[in-house]
Amino acid sequence: MNWLSRLTTPGVARMFDKRDTPENLWIKCPISGEMVFHKDLEAGQHVTPAGHHMRIGPDARFKYTFDKEWSEIAIPEVAKDPLKFKDDKPYPHRLAAARKKTGREDAMAIAVGQIQGVETTVLVQDFAFMGGSLGMAAGEAFIKACDEAVERRTPLVVFTAAGGARMQEGALSLMQMPRTTLGIQSLRDHKLPYIVVLTDPTTGGVTASYAMLGDVHIAEPGALIGFAGPRVIEQTIREKLPEGFQRSEYLLDKGMVDKVVHRKDLPKTLGNILRVMLKRPKANIAVKTAEPSEA
Amino acid sequence: MSDPTRTYLDFERPIAELDAKIEELEGVMARNGEDGPDLGDEIAKLRQKSSDQLQALYAKLDPWRKTLVARHPERPHLKDYYKHLIEDFEELCGDRRFSNDDAIIGGLGRFRGRSVVVLGHEKGHDVQTRIKHNFGMARPEGYRKAIRLMDMAEQYDLPVLTFVDTSGAYPGIGAEERGQSEAIARSTERCLTLGTPMISVVTGEGGSGGAIALAAANAVLMLEHSIYSVISPEGCASILWRDSARAKDAATAMKVSAQDLLQLKIIDAIIPEPVGGAHRNPQEAIRRVGDQMEQSLSQFEGLSPVQIRQRRRERFLSIGRSLLNG
Repeated sequence: MNWLSRLTTPGVARMFDKRDTPENLWIKCPISGEMVFHKDLEAGQHVTPAGHHMRIGPDARFKYTFDKEWSEIAIPEVAKDPLKFKDDKPYPHRLAAARKKTGREDAMAIAVGQIQGVETTVLVQDFAFMGGSLGMAAGEAFIKACDEAVERRTPLVVFTAAGGARMQEGALSLMQMPRTTLGIQSLRDHKLPYIVVLTDPTTGGVTASYAMLGDVHIAEPGALIGFAGPRVIEQTIREKLPEGFQRSEYLLDKGMVDKVVHRKDLPKTLGNILRVMLKRPKANIAVKTAEPSEA
Repeated sequence: MSDPTRTYLDFERPIAELDAKIEELEGVMARNGEDGPDLGDEIAKLRQKSSDQLQALYAKLDPWRKTLVARHPERPHLKDYYKHLIEDFEELCGDRRFSNDDAIIGGLGRFRGRSVVVLGHEKGHDVQTRIKHNFGMARPEGYRKAIRLMDMAEQYDLPVLTFVDTSGAYPGIGAEERGQSEAIARSTERCLTLGTPMISVVTGEGGSGGAIALAAANAVLMLEHSIYSVISPEGCASILWRDSARAKDAATAMKVSAQDLLQLKIIDAIIPEPVGGAHRNPQEAIRRVGDQMEQSLSQFEGLSPVQIRQRRRERFLSIGRSLLNG
């Protein structure tokens, strides 16, 4: 609120509000400190010239991943605030704020489309929604994505991004660890590939469940991936952590991920892996003949 | 009889004072022998008062006090449960990959006549054993040992009993390096794919992923004053308020008690503790745990591996869904 909003009608104020977003036009690269113009950043799939992979939400991810169109699948409804959780603010207020900020119901979005011509179910976790936290809604969305994949006989690709479980749902969020694992069992029972793409950051209960149960683990460069957060580890062992600890490249070195792949190469890598797993012919033939999905 | 070595929790101070008074009077009586005043009535009165207060206090413990009781150093430990409930126990060690983790102890044994595989967290009871068992905080090797023993249970058609008591999996450099997350995820997965009955009981702290890795079972039980949570109350407080001293508020907000979890349909049954908590009468607490585990186990005996998996699957999938229309 400012003097303008007090003096003008809501319509006029809104007009001025919309223009008032200069802070989003230039984004600072966390690696190099370079200021990058937002249009250039978008053109580069939100990877800065220095190679930093910025966090992105479901819309951008779907766009970068699918060949053409995709159709979104609504995530299931869940019980609202069963714990009546309150810290400084009641949990429903935090949820409402996150919904307003992201335009989504919760931290996960599901879509179906083609990756290099392979019909695939894709689940994207959105760190912008309460830190991507795994609560009942995210857990149900994950199970829904598995069910959709089984019903449509498609592989499932999951892009993870989360600080961990959603504390505001207490043990109900903890239960999403075995629950999501049951979803993966359905995929395994039907021999449907389950591929995890770990993005920055993926920690806590999310890493300790579905993020580490993929047939294949791919990580985006430089992503923080671990069980305990660096702060917790430092407090426990009272030492500074080594440079690069818990980053994608470190996990590759330790044998926890199969590949570290640049964002722009992900569709090709995913398509290639899926096509081989599913015994489909090479992508260059199939992509040309692929029909646009009936979204 | 009051026990001079007993550890009293802060909120038990009135009880501690009464018990000290009783002890003092008993001392006076013993010293004076027959010549002294008869303090028997006085002592009996104080005992009654102490016992009444203890009962009243424990009948309405708040979530934070329950947390303190769940962590009580004299609460029965894994080794006590094994000693009293598992005959012919043979500990089996190691993950066959890297090392043996003493935070999780498992093996073969007999539970009331049945051959079983047992697994659980051991926190240790003094400085030396606490270090040996890493305060019950397992490393990847612990979970990989658990997976190995569950594989064996499957192979030989043995039920699995687990005793959960951990503040959480260990957050350390080595643990991360060797895939703590993967180990937990695989252990949880192994519980869920197991074709034999699995019964878990949270005896103290059920701390986060480190607990669920041994507790994705057909039936999950909790002792009356144990807790089960997604993050420790201290951890929750330090994230929400950047102040771990507000752990009490976090414990309340997260609903960590057995009573709350039963209401949320996350657990199947609560095992009542003796008055004043399991640590005041460990033998009785352990016997009750054994009784409830036996009863739960009997519900799954005779079912096929497919049915057992299916029941476990339905159990977990229904969690939370039942709250939507309720």
